[in-house]
Amino acid sequence: MSDILDILLAANFWAAALRIATPLIFGVIGALVCERAGVLNLGIEGIFTAGAMAGWMAVWLGAGLWGGVLVAALAGGFFGLIHAILTVPLGLSQHVSGIGVTLFATSLSYFIYRTALPDVSSPPRIEAFKPLDIPVLSDLPFIGPALFQQTALTFLALAVVAVTAFVLYRTPLGLAIRAVGDNPSAVESQGLSVYGLRIGAVVAGSALMALGGAFLTMSAFDAFFFGMVNGRGWICIALTVFASWRPGKALLGALLFGAFDAFQVRLQTEVGSFIPGQVFLMMPYLLSIAALVLVARKADYPRALLVPYFRGQR
Amino acid sequence: MTSTVDGAPVVLKLERITKRFGALTANDDVSLDLHRGEILALLGENGAGKTTLMNILFGHYVADEGTVAVAGTNGTLKELEPGSPHAALNAGIGMVHQHFTLAENLTALENILLGTEPLSSFSSARGKARKHLGDLMQRSGLTVDLNARISSLSVGEKQRVEILKALYRDARVLVLDEPTAVLTPQESDTLFATLKKLASDGLGIIFISHKLDEVLAASDRIGVLRGGRKVADQPTAGCDKRQLAELMVGKSVPESTRTPQQPGAALLVLSQVTTGTGRDALHAVDLELLSGEILGIAGVSGNGQGTLAKVISGLEAPISGTVSLNGKQLTRSSARGMIDAGIARIPEDRHRDGIVGPMSVAENLAIETIRKPENQRFGFLRFDAIAARAKEAITAYDIRCQGGNAPARLLSGGNIQKIVLARTLDSDPIVVLAAQPSRGLDVGATADVHRRLLEARSRGAGVILISEDLDELMRLSDRIAVIHRGHLSSAERTENLDRGTLGMRMAGHSEEQAA
Repeated sequence: MSDILDILLAANFWAAALRIATPLIFGVIGALVCERAGVLNLGIEGIFTAGAMAGWMAVWLGAGLWGGVLVAALAGGFFGLIHAILTVPLGLSQHVSGIGVTLFATSLSYFIYRTALPDVSSPPRIEAFKPLDIPVLSDLPFIGPALFQQTALTFLALAVVAVTAFVLYRTPLGLAIRAVGDNPSAVESQGLSVYGLRIGAVVAGSALMALGGAFLTMSAFDAFFFGMVNGRGWICIALTVFASWRPGKALLGALLFGAFDAFQVRLQTEVGSFIPGQVFLMMPYLLSIAALVLVARKADYPRALLVPYFRGQR
Repeated sequence: MTSTVDGAPVVLKLERITKRFGALTANDDVSLDLHRGEILALLGENGAGKTTLMNILFGHYVADEGTVAVAGTNGTLKELEPGSPHAALNAGIGMVHQHFTLAENLTALENILLGTEPLSSFSSARGKARKHLGDLMQRSGLTVDLNARISSLSVGEKQRVEILKALYRDARVLVLDEPTAVLTPQESDTLFATLKKLASDGLGIIFISHKLDEVLAASDRIGVLRGGRKVADQPTAGCDKRQLAELMVGKSVPESTRTPQQPGAALLVLSQVTTGTGRDALHAVDLELLSGEILGIAGVSGNGQGTLAKVISGLEAPISGTVSLNGKQLTRSSARGMIDAGIARIPEDRHRDGIVGPMSVAENLAIETIRKPENQRFGFLRFDAIAARAKEAITAYDIRCQGGNAPARLLSGGNIQKIVLARTLDSDPIVVLAAQPSRGLDVGATADVHRRLLEARSRGAGVILISEDLDELMRLSDRIAVIHRGHLSSAERTENLDRGTLGMRMAGHSEEQAA
């Protein structure tokens, strides 16, 4: 019991939780923006991979770290645009298109990586983002190492949550996005473009998803590996439901998952000798399923989610 | 026509509008003027092209030929850019659709503000909007809680939000598509009083309807559409119901009336029937249906009549209470059990529950008796017999279709209802449960439904008629009971009731409260 307390009271546990949560924060906010506008984006897993590869490669080619972030966002926006065109004006199945985008984006990323680097045995490394040293705050006891020794991308993720919440709930644009995910004909009858709003939301949301991928290669690690996204995108889809499509709750969900994950790693070293490691690896996923079961039944789905809109038809 | 409208400037001019959908001409060379301060009723049957015309006006559709011109603030007519709701809104056209265009997850205020502020702006001037809306509400009498989520508002309140949306944008022309379809009689009266007030403030109003009474009561001028063409355009003063009905249908419509008849013994008896929870649940409902009578159930939809129909057709079992037919217990009977016992059901949503769309007319006609020997032998369908009986039914019930093999979904609402009637009434049922049987049907098809129900009554069947249309109920029913929030009043003879009383009870007021 005291072992568990030791884990929870260590500053590096909380630092790890926030670090693990960062890509999920980008991903869940991105998915939330798409779904608030009425479009489920199952391309997320592939868009993570594309963002991870594109950001890393831009830096490797000498673009600079923030240049890499921009390239990752553009790559995400590109795949988002494909998904948006297929599902919004053409009204195709959002499930099928999303899975297609995931397969396409993943394979294309691997293909480009392999073509650019045909014969490397160990993945080349880049100079990744370093933890920021914030005067005063980083030196606070416990809180400093736990919260303020993160890289710039983690702080960007937190800023994205705040900006998204502000836009959704305080601006006319956010009002229109929330409306188009509930009843597109309400939006059209008020003279706004349903397609414009939905395509814009999907592209913007996908760009955010790609930043989640970029965090992996440019902050968490400093290289690109095959399979490194490892289901993080799918977790984000589940977290949006858990969050009831609210940015604040989405942040909470991502942090909770990060904490589970950080906890299981530490628990493994404590009691790993007599329980197989795979049991611990399962834990965060099992707990997110349990959390979903508890929360999702009451979830307030955007009413027009998955429903294509065709003008002049009702 | 009131003298104030005479000589008032034209605010809207539709000129020679033609719109085709494939082979169908929905609007054929229709021209229409609307004056300042005028209420114009656009009358026509389903499929006459009323809604298409208004959707062209609002930019949801683009007309194949013809133009729409709207008066600017200075009064000169200017042609409207086709196919753009945005342009229509800016030109001062407000539209209240039949199916409300409100986002349920937003508040009333948010729905009204939607699209009125530039999307690039970083803030929303809600205080100012609130104040302006406060003035509008006071002037028009359309009060609504601006902070309430749309999902928590009643249908009447939602409609007020829709009208406020248009007024907030300074509409000079207001179009309402079948505005009373979902309202109680009292709510409709309030609506028309509001519209008159808005018109006297200078708003030009078009409302679409197929209800003759309200058109006569509430409009200054009436335009009638039939088969996509405008067949009449005249001041309301001097019109009468019979003449309008003929203009609408193109021929005179015989109205079936009920002849006095002595009812027989009790057939269907519900005693203290209670079902689950929610607004639609039934609370200790008692009902007795006699042989040879039509028992009307009046009520605003969503007050439990759907559940009542489900209980009687065996789709939902009551928690407590009993259902019996001819003294035989049927409380826990399945849908099949109810059909076999002689209860025929005309479902409320005929497209969803009345037919299987992709299946043929013949299959839909046979579907309820598919296990009977006339339709199957050793588990194999008897196609010839089914086709032969379908042919008979198509002639007998005048089902307009390409033949028994045509998919049922291709038929119009009226003809789908005829399939349902043929299927349910052909077996001479003991009880007929008719839920909203004429909803959405035009005058001709409605007359057909009424005739069939009266025929069932005269051969001794008991008919339960669930309807929101008071005219229909009062004309056909021997007795009427009112359902409100799952409570069913005791049935009274129609002669002792009037529209006002029924309307009050539908809204949940008892006489003592009214007095």
